[in-house]
Amino acid sequence: MNPDLPVLIVLGAVSVASALGLLLSRNAIYAALFLVLNFGVGAVIYLVLNAPFIAVVQVSVYAGAIMVLFLFVIMLLGAERLSPGENPPGMSFQRPLAIALGGVLLGLALYVLFVRQPPTTATALADSSPMAVGLSLFGPYLFPFEVVSILLLVAMVGAVVLTRNR
Amino acid sequence: MPVLLEATLKSVVLIFVLLTGFAYLTLTERKVLARLQARIGPNRAGPLGLLQPVADGLKLIFKESITPAGVDKPIYFLAPVLVAVPAIIVFAVIPVGKGPAFQLASEINVGALYIVGVMGVAVYGITLAGWASNNKYAALGGLRASAQVISYELGMGLSIVAVVLMASSASLADIVEAQMPGNILGWFIFRQPVAAAIFAITAMAELARAPFDLVEAEQELTAGFMTEYSGMKFALFFMGEYVKMIAVSALFATFFLGGWSGPFVDQAPILSVVYFTIKVVACLLLMIWTRATLPRMRYDRLMGFGWKVLTPVAIANVIVTAFLIALGVPGYQ
Amino acid sequence: MDSTTFVAFLSSILFTIGALGVLLRRSALLIFMSVELMLNAANLAFVAFAHRWAQLDGQIFVFFVMAVAAAEVAVGLALIVTIFRTKRSTNVDDLAALKG
Repeated sequence: MNPDLPVLIVLGAVSVASALGLLLSRNAIYAALFLVLNFGVGAVIYLVLNAPFIAVVQVSVYAGAIMVLFLFVIMLLGAERLSPGENPPGMSFQRPLAIALGGVLLGLALYVLFVRQPPTTATALADSSPMAVGLSLFGPYLFPFEVVSILLLVAMVGAVVLTRNR
Repeated sequence: MPVLLEATLKSVVLIFVLLTGFAYLTLTERKVLARLQARIGPNRAGPLGLLQPVADGLKLIFKESITPAGVDKPIYFLAPVLVAVPAIIVFAVIPVGKGPAFQLASEINVGALYIVGVMGVAVYGITLAGWASNNKYAALGGLRASAQVISYELGMGLSIVAVVLMASSASLADIVEAQMPGNILGWFIFRQPVAAAIFAITAMAELARAPFDLVEAEQELTAGFMTEYSGMKFALFFMGEYVKMIAVSALFATFFLGGWSGPFVDQAPILSVVYFTIKVVACLLLMIWTRATLPRMRYDRLMGFGWKVLTPVAIANVIVTAFLIALGVPGYQ
Repeated sequence: MDSTTFVAFLSSILFTIGALGVLLRRSALLIFMSVELMLNAANLAFVAFAHRWAQLDGQIFVFFVMAVAAAEVAVGLALIVTIFRTKRSTNVDDLAALKG
């Protein structure tokens, strides 16, 4: 019996519930808060999976920066009230089709994960300290790291240009 | 189980100490402010006014708790909790003394990152309180708060990065150890003065205290995001603010003032707690002094200062520190 | 069931909910949040597999995904704000000015 499993089941239930809250919410602020809850639960799951560095980065990047930005924009625009989801004009088949496609997606994912399951080698990750992550980032992954930094720079310039008052 | 029991006991003691500290910090602030303004301050409740916090607490408990019409109820009640909780959980990684008896989780190797994360989450309470109150002053205060905290978080994170570089560890226990060798000059405030200054400024901005208290500027916004809160809900906001004051002071002491280190801690470990407390109280008094001295900043100046001065200086400081460490300059290996 | 299998299962459910959000919701903000949920589901799977194979590479990928998500949010929210200034709406069905 896996000792982590009961914890993971509780976390998974909260996670799915908050995701459904995001999907069904009528209010953008509530949707954003459900997503924050989902990200917070994700951070705890990372801790259980022996990835403390990713867990704290998740909290500070997603919960501390990205979602605060979302909330800020929603409040600034006063766009919290959402119309309930409905078919776009002239496409009455869109919603049933979307739900069917979602079912297909889930089925395919579960098929790949569980029917064609790779051999299990349950080994624990020995070292996932910030130092190990850093050595990996600035060692074998140095080039992707630099590319990502340029991507962030481009995004920053793009955001400034888009919202500049002319 | 003993681990869990020990952690629970330490947490209970910590919360008790924090609540007492919060109560007497409010009294100290009122007394010191009064002295700086040539007044006497509260002196009626008990000898020297020492029972004033008790009187304040009783008053707030018995106040009618008003819920204004048109508020978004769940978020309105959630917001004060979201302010108070992050302020308290920061302390989990701060070593308040020498040895495991005075440390909760300060050994974890992502301590500094944890602090950045918790500080980032702390803005939710203020922002949501402003939004849920259905009041234009509160909404403006909430918007100002989120913009201000996002802007200054960056500088604070970068100043912590400089400290982590110096200690070559993100664990707060290791950061304290790294400041121990030799004399008082080993403290990071002497080896990282720029980072210390940036941390002090951004900490006051994150707290939204004077001179950065535009979030609750009473002349413009009544009481900002707190306008519609009363009774115990208001008390929670108040507690969150003052506990956060203690938290950033403890962080400043840990990062830059050598934490619990001091003479003779090896012979008598209890002294380490005394040293730590003295350092924290010194930081708190400095903050109160600042509040009494500096006028409030203008909003555009605040944003300009954060983005055009503090952030570039913090980035430059990280780069220079990295170069000094790479070159092996004495004091920066 | 071991932890990895469970988290992979959870990840596929969350990914599907995110995809449904993209398809079903009409507000640009909600669509955007659903995309974030999908990215997060992918991250969960990455960390779960890193756990099973005792390899750090999965965690490094999560790091990159987070950086890309941050960049995407900066540009995406700037676009939403700009569109809202002219259209006074975040509904994607209102953005039909180029429709023939």
